[in-house]
Amino acid sequence: MGLTPEDLLARVAALLPHATVLPLGDTRGQAVVVVAVDRAEASLRALRDESALRFDFLADLSAVDYHGRTPRYEVVYQLASHPHHHRLRVKVPVDGPDPVVPTASGLWKSALWAEREAFDMFGVRFAGHPDLRRILMYPEFEGHPLRKDYPLNQRWPLVPERDPITEPWYPRTEGR
Amino acid sequence: MRRVPGSTAPEQFYENQRGDDEIMEIQMGPSHPASHGTIKFNLKLDGETIVEVDVEIGYLHRGFEKMCEQGTWNHCFPYADRLNYASPLLNNVGFALAVEKLAGLETPERCQYIRVIAGEISRISDHLTCLGMGASEIGALSAGFYMLEAREFLYDLVEAITGARLTVTYCRLGGVTNDLPHDMRERTATAFASVRNVVRDCDKLLSRNRIFVDRMAGVGTLDRDEAISLGLTGPLLRAAGVEYDVRKAYPYLVYDRLDFMVPTGSNGDNYDRFMIRMVEIEQSMRIVEQALQQIPDGPVMANDPRFVLPPKHEVYGSIEGLMNHFKLVIEGQKVPAGEVYVATEGGNGELGFYLVSDGSGRPYRVRVRPPCFYAMGAVGRMLQGAMIADVITTFGQVNMIGGECDR
Repeated sequence: MGLTPEDLLARVAALLPHATVLPLGDTRGQAVVVVAVDRAEASLRALRDESALRFDFLADLSAVDYHGRTPRYEVVYQLASHPHHHRLRVKVPVDGPDPVVPTASGLWKSALWAEREAFDMFGVRFAGHPDLRRILMYPEFEGHPLRKDYPLNQRWPLVPERDPITEPWYPRTEGR
Repeated sequence: MRRVPGSTAPEQFYENQRGDDEIMEIQMGPSHPASHGTIKFNLKLDGETIVEVDVEIGYLHRGFEKMCEQGTWNHCFPYADRLNYASPLLNNVGFALAVEKLAGLETPERCQYIRVIAGEISRISDHLTCLGMGASEIGALSAGFYMLEAREFLYDLVEAITGARLTVTYCRLGGVTNDLPHDMRERTATAFASVRNVVRDCDKLLSRNRIFVDRMAGVGTLDRDEAISLGLTGPLLRAAGVEYDVRKAYPYLVYDRLDFMVPTGSNGDNYDRFMIRMVEIEQSMRIVEQALQQIPDGPVMANDPRFVLPPKHEVYGSIEGLMNHFKLVIEGQKVPAGEVYVATEGGNGELGFYLVSDGSGRPYRVRVRPPCFYAMGAVGRMLQGAMIADVITTFGQVNMIGGECDR
């Protein structure tokens, strides 16, 4: 096993002086840190590259919609370290009708698809993502189903059938 | 060579047909006979070589996470079965562990052993499905059917434990629904003897088979750093040489008391993935056998009226029991507010649950970290520069399970 959660949080706090470290008593003993959105990219990069922490594995990225609360959304990164075997949860609160978070896909490639899903389900945009489009829902879908204000019984009319040749879902190769 | 007057010479014919830079687009799927699972590959081909592939998922999206937010915590267990339907017990156990961590609930030791036993039996059937289907998709039909036959023995065991073959819903908050059958050791010994026979046969049929090795070795290769960056876990990551198994790295249940080996590969190709699963089948059987030796007697459910339904004689025989039952069923278990991320080793890798509770009887947010979602995200990279026929072997070894990938 790697560092204890106490040691891990002490190191994280030293590395990220602007971040808020949540007390372990409130988090069931799991290491959690809250980072402001404008410092998110630099913080994640530091966590990945710092040799004592080495969070080289982005296990998961998702969002939570705390409807009725400000800031409304939280983008949640589950980081883990293969060399040291420790885990850290990074939460980035973000608000507004069109929430934007910098992409982590330059740091971990697993963020490429995870961010597409968070965008699809919550409408959180990831600035700098090379290919931000829906992944689980179809392109014609309107709204973001995991938002708390998405109507549960929403039904959409059937999507008109697309001709995949004339209207492909991905950009066509140039210069044919 | 004689030629019909006026016809084109063959070399001239091909020259006319194919420009040097022509890229052909082919859409493979979503319902393709050689891919188990609804998925679409948008391939860009140069001849038979794949230049680029865009993987389209979502055909089996049923809103698992949204559904879970609508019911009580107990309502989520049947949904969790249907995530990875090749190993439903592992999902069940993973979800139960996550909720118990959030609730601060300790389960009895016997229950923990039972969860290990049931989970590992499921892991074997998951691996057998993956290997058998993967083999039969590239023509080794007999090996595929042998492995499905072996899976049948394991399903019989699962049926003896849970009463169902696939839709088990065996775990509850605080324990499991019922104890193991009294003759579990004998049943397991019989079933495992048959499974070992089948695995030995299939090992002889496949592992050194020239055709099979040529199709698998050196195909779908990912190196160590890229596999880590792409978020791969489970057999795919271990094939790339990273010794990461959640059971060893972050031990849960009673895995730290059991002796087993985590195999790793060296090339990160499909052949390594295949061999790792073959070895893990044997390791899982060893785990089950040790657990059956060590398992203590005792209850299989925690005794905590806040989360666990009272026994039926109390429900029908006392007013407290009846009220307790009513409150738990109607209002749900009041899991204290908070959030938790708990990872377990699923059949395909790290199966994580990120749960948020607001203190009411219903989950506020249930997020699954599906291992094969990230694996499918890596398929585009694995297939770059490969041949179109390699799609089948690579997809077979990634072992995408639609229910888990698309949720």
